[in-house]
Parts: sequence; C-alpha cells; structure tokens
Amino acid sequence: MERRTIFGGWALPAAFVLPQLLLTIFFFIWPAGQAIYGSLTRQDAFGLKTQFIGLENFEDLLTDPLYVESMGRTVAFCVAVTLISMGVALLLAVFADREIKGRGIYRTLLIWPYAVAPAVAAILWILLLHPQIGMISHGLKALGIAWDYKINGTQAMIVVVLASAWKQVSYNFIFFLAGLQSIPRSVIEAARMDGARGWRRFRTILFPLLAPTTFFLLVVNLVYSAFDTFGTIQAMTQGGPGKSTETLVVKVYRDGVVNLDLGGSSAQSVVLMLGIVMLTVMQFRFLGKRDKT
Amino acid sequence: MKRRTLLATTAAAATLPAAAFAQAKTKIVWWHAMGGALGEEVNRIAKEFNASQAEVEVDAVFKGTYPETLTGAIAAWRAGQAPHIVQMFEVGTGSMLAAGPAVKQVWQLSQETGIEFDPKAYLGGVRGYYSLPDGRLASLPFNSSTSVMWYNKDAFEKAGLDPEKPPATWNDVIAACRALKAKAATPVPMGSAWPIWIQFEQFAAMHDLVFATKANGFEGLDTELKVNAPAFVKQMQRLLDMSKEGLFKYAGRDNAADAIFPSGEAAIGFNSSAARAAVARDAKFRWGEALLPIDPEVNAKPLNSIIGGASLWTMTAPNRTPAEYKACAQFLKFIGRADNDAVWHQHTGYVPVTLAGYELSKKQGYYEKTPGADLPIMQLTRGEVTANSRGFRLGRMAELRNIFSEELEKALQGQQGAQASLDAVVTRGNRVLREFEKATKG
Repeated sequence: MERRTIFGGWALPAAFVLPQLLLTIFFFIWPAGQAIYGSLTRQDAFGLKTQFIGLENFEDLLTDPLYVESMGRTVAFCVAVTLISMGVALLLAVFADREIKGRGIYRTLLIWPYAVAPAVAAILWILLLHPQIGMISHGLKALGIAWDYKINGTQAMIVVVLASAWKQVSYNFIFFLAGLQSIPRSVIEAARMDGARGWRRFRTILFPLLAPTTFFLLVVNLVYSAFDTFGTIQAMTQGGPGKSTETLVVKVYRDGVVNLDLGGSSAQSVVLMLGIVMLTVMQFRFLGKRDKT
Repeated sequence: MKRRTLLATTAAAATLPAAAFAQAKTKIVWWHAMGGALGEEVNRIAKEFNASQAEVEVDAVFKGTYPETLTGAIAAWRAGQAPHIVQMFEVGTGSMLAAGPAVKQVWQLSQETGIEFDPKAYLGGVRGYYSLPDGRLASLPFNSSTSVMWYNKDAFEKAGLDPEKPPATWNDVIAACRALKAKAATPVPMGSAWPIWIQFEQFAAMHDLVFATKANGFEGLDTELKVNAPAFVKQMQRLLDMSKEGLFKYAGRDNAADAIFPSGEAAIGFNSSAARAAVARDAKFRWGEALLPIDPEVNAKPLNSIIGGASLWTMTAPNRTPAEYKACAQFLKFIGRADNDAVWHQHTGYVPVTLAGYELSKKQGYYEKTPGADLPIMQLTRGEVTANSRGFRLGRMAELRNIFSEELEKALQGQQGAQASLDAVVTRGNRVLREFEKATKG
C-alpha cells in the first residue's frame, strides 16, 4: 500500500520544489560551474585578463610533486581522523548504552563538543598544546619530550588529527548510540542465554548489526576529515611547518585566496569535487543495496 | 550577470536615501590593516581629517591582516564595491601595479583633480618603492618601517656583556648568544619576527647581493630568484646551526614571533622598527634598539636596509564620481602633510616618509628625547642605493615568502640542508614568477 498525494496541474508542485531548486542553483550549481570554468583559464588576480588554456592547470597540478604529496598526506590524515573519531565514539557509545547511573548526563556531555565551531575548537587545543603556554606541553616537556609543533611536522600532524577527531567524536557517538539502541533486546538476550558475553558478544552480535551505521559514518567521516577540517587546520598550523599539515582543502585556500592563483585553485576544487562525487556514489550504491534486501 | 545587476540594484537602492545627504558631504571609505594601538592612530587621523574641513568624511574600516586586506580589496573590486582608498602592504605592490584600471595611481589622481603631489617631498628609499621607473608616484607612502635588532639590556648585563654595545656583526651576535645561553639570562638567546624579510631580504639588500635578477623585479617581469648563491647559503646555515645549538628559536612565520622579545623570552629580537610602541609598552626590562648585524666576510661596507610597511592606493569602482576622487586626493594630501607625518612617526615607530616630517621631528627635539628613534632612518639612508638595495617588486611576493618559510621550516626540522632548501626556493619560486608573468602579460 502506497500513500500518495496527487496534484492537479504543475504549478503547485513546482512552487514547492522551487525554493530548494533555487538554493541548489545559487549555492551549488552556479559556483560549481564557475569553478569548472575557472579551472580552464588563467587569470590575474583582478580578473582583467582571462585566457582560456584548456587543461593546462590540471596538467600542472598532476605533474606537481607537491600536489601529489598533499594528496597522500590528505589520505593519511583522513584515515587517522576517521579511525580515531569512530573508534573512540564506538567505545563510548557501547559504555553509555549500558545500564549505569546518570547515563543521561554522560550522553549530554559527550554530545557537547559537536556544538563547538572548528576555529574555537582549534583555539582550545592551541591553549592546551601551545609550545610556550600550553598545559599539556608543560607536562610533555617535564617528561623530556621536546614538544614544539611549530617546527616539528610529525607533532603538528598529531595535533591537527587529535583536534579534528575530537570534534567528530560526538557526532559519531550519537549515531552509534542510536544504532545500538535500535538493536532488538531479544537478540542480545538470546546471545546472553547462549553464554556469549563481553567482547565476544560485541564482535559477533553488536558490531555486525551496527554495520549500516558504521558504513554511513565511515563515508561521513571521510568527507568531514577531507573537507570540514579546514577551519581547525588553518587556525592551528596554517598548513605548516613546511607543508606537513597542508591537506588538499588547505592548499585550495592557500593557492586561491592567499596566492590568488585562481585558475590553479579552481582546478584543485574540481578535483576535490570529483572526489566527493565518487564518495557519494559509493554511499548510495552500498547503502541503497542494503536497504533493498 | 544576473547577480551583478541584482547587486547593483540593491546598492543603488541603499544609496538612494543617502544621496541627498551626500551633496553636503562626500563620503569615502578607507580600508586598513592596522589593529590594536596602530588602529587607534589610524582612527585618530580619520577623525582629525573629518574635523579639519566640511566637504569630505572619511570612514576608516579595519579589514584584518595585510594579506586579508589585499584579498578583500581584490574581491570587492571584482564585485564593483572597492573601497575608495586601501592600505596595501609593500608585498602587494607588484600586484597593485599590475592592476591597471582597478586603481588610480597618484599621478593620475593628481592629473584628474588638479591636486598636486610632489614625489620629491618623500625620502628616497620610500619614494623608489612606490613610484614608476620614470619617477611618477603610483601610490602614496604611508607607514614605512625597516627592521632593527632589539636587545634586552638587563639580560646583557647578567651575561657579562656590555649593555651599551650591541653586537654589530653576526660573529658578535653568535658570541653574545653563547654568553646569554651560558648564564641562562633569558629562556632563549635570540628570536626573529618576519624571518624571511629580515634574515634574507634585508640581508641581501644590505650586503648588495642579487636576490632576484632584473633589479629584484623592478626592471622586468622576467626576473629570476638567485637566493641559492653561496652568501645566502652561509646565512641560512648560520641560522640552522644557531637553532641546533639552542641559540636561536624559530617561532613562526611573519609576525608570529612578535611577542618573543617584549615578553622577555629572547634577549635579542629582530623585528620591524614599528615594534617600538609595543616594546615600550610591554617590556618589563631595559631595552635598546640596534642596527641589523652584518657579515663583513660577505660585504664589509653595508648598504641601506629596505623598507616594509604599506602605502595607500586609490581604487576605482563603477559609478564613482569625480567628487569622490577629489575627496580621495584631499585626504591623501592631508596624510602627506609634514605635521601629520611627524605625529604618526613619533606615535608609532614607523619612519617619517616625508623629508619635511623628518625635519620637523628633528626641530621638535624628538630624537634627543627618545634616543635611538632615528636609528632606522640612519640605516635606511646608509650608503649609495644599488639595484640590489632598492627594494623588491616581485609578483605574488606573499606566496614567495610562504615558499621560503616552508623550505626554511623543513631545514630547521633537519629534513634538508641549507643548499637544498635554497635550491628548492629558487625552483619553486621561479615557477610562481613565470605564472605571474604569463597571467599579467596575458
């Protein structure tokens, strides 16, 4: 049985769709079109002279060892952020799902960081980890670790991964918790009757049943770490020291907004757009299939 | 296209009620990048100008850092909403000169409005930076500084050094840093704000080294970087060695290390001469200002240092009236007046940009009252200006500095040697210069 509203004529349905359509056109199609056009041109900063140069910008990009390096760095960064934020969130969700006192408070507290803006999160972490004034860095120095993420690329990477992952834990936590709560109690009870407990129950019952949630979060987290971490990285390291925390989005910003190489930066945006399209297709494919079965 | 008309209509609608009022007063907008104490000085200037006459009203707007102001001005011009006057750092000069119809250079403004600006009124080193090869002024000099070495007299005394005799050569600096370190007079001996500007660009100018061909870009867009020459390698190796030995602490790009000296963390701090106001306010110790150290083995007869800071550009927009341009010219004229220049100089630590402003400050006895305040001027006017010490006019200079910083940071982490770093700066930098050349020639 399907419930459906049938509209007579097309004016009313068109009016319903229109706001969304306009938003999409103005905030997605139009800028994306501009980016694609821009990626095929070479312009000076003021847009006085625009030359059409075909795929030259893309050629430059792909032959630029620094760009290829940045791609590798982005992949490593995304994987690290995704693993940490999902791992921690899952652990916390499993614990918060138990019958414990005051779990409402735990849950609320765990969701809080999601409401913190990326730049603010970055400032909080800077205050903790700053080589001169940070509390944590004092501790690390007391342990004999030469902590200075401003000139140590590895440490800088750790810092931005931690800050980015921390912000995403809450989001993942909500989904994992919801996922866990939607697992029928009867299944768990049955497993308990059969003697499966602790780790085994998690591995053979809970985790497989969480698979759709996990997959969804995997895609969301990859997209988050690839695109939404710009604010955090920009505020903490600006991509430095050297280029050790310059992910692809940071590079787009650096080349476009700071260096005013609009053609090259647009070409990078187009490459990123292709990446996001691929991830989205993947998500629809896999999740779509699951829903049908 | 649609968006543009839409914007234009909104803008027109917004200015409509103001139009009647505008007949009485011409309003012009001035974008600047001066925060904190300097921002208050800028507001003071705007206020005094507004009070000084009845036709024009200047609205000074803080737009963030220098690079943010540059980006903002470009985006605004492309949208037809450029400010009347924008303060542009010296690094952006190359881009602005290539901006064609987006700006009205000072000589054009002078022609159109009949208000005259005499290039000869300005100090040579300052004028050269902001004028065309034939001497016509392109932008109006405003805040110019040069870099100096600040040092902590208390720390020097503690380390057994003469507080009245700052180190003059790099070997002296290293010796002083070792003494400071041995006595742990401060947490670190030496730090530097603006590492690329001060330790490499100034170093090149003062030692008459070719930083880039074609007179550092003044004589053509086909300029090439030459910073992998032995003298530069020596300078970088020195910084790397000092960092390794714990004598020098790198604290970030651009002005990230501003606080390292006034906070007392480093006993020797390189910074702009315009840091004077901040040092005077924040330093809880006796401090001194000294010339930048030289390396006599590279060149025993140091030349002038170069300027940093910013100048004022008049920008264009569709529908901008002659009256508005006239207002811009009047305001620029006001800024260039000797008395205003002298006050700005004495309040901020920027050097006076006009000869008359300098003379006035002398006459007022400013340099007797504040010893050391004329040291930047002396350093700026030392020796005969050569093609290497005139300054820099490289396109996309902000990006070049970033590249330089990145390679320096890699070297400081021990990932590469001095020669390899500078080779990389040259290769990567020249690519940027070629891109700029292609984009500008079009």
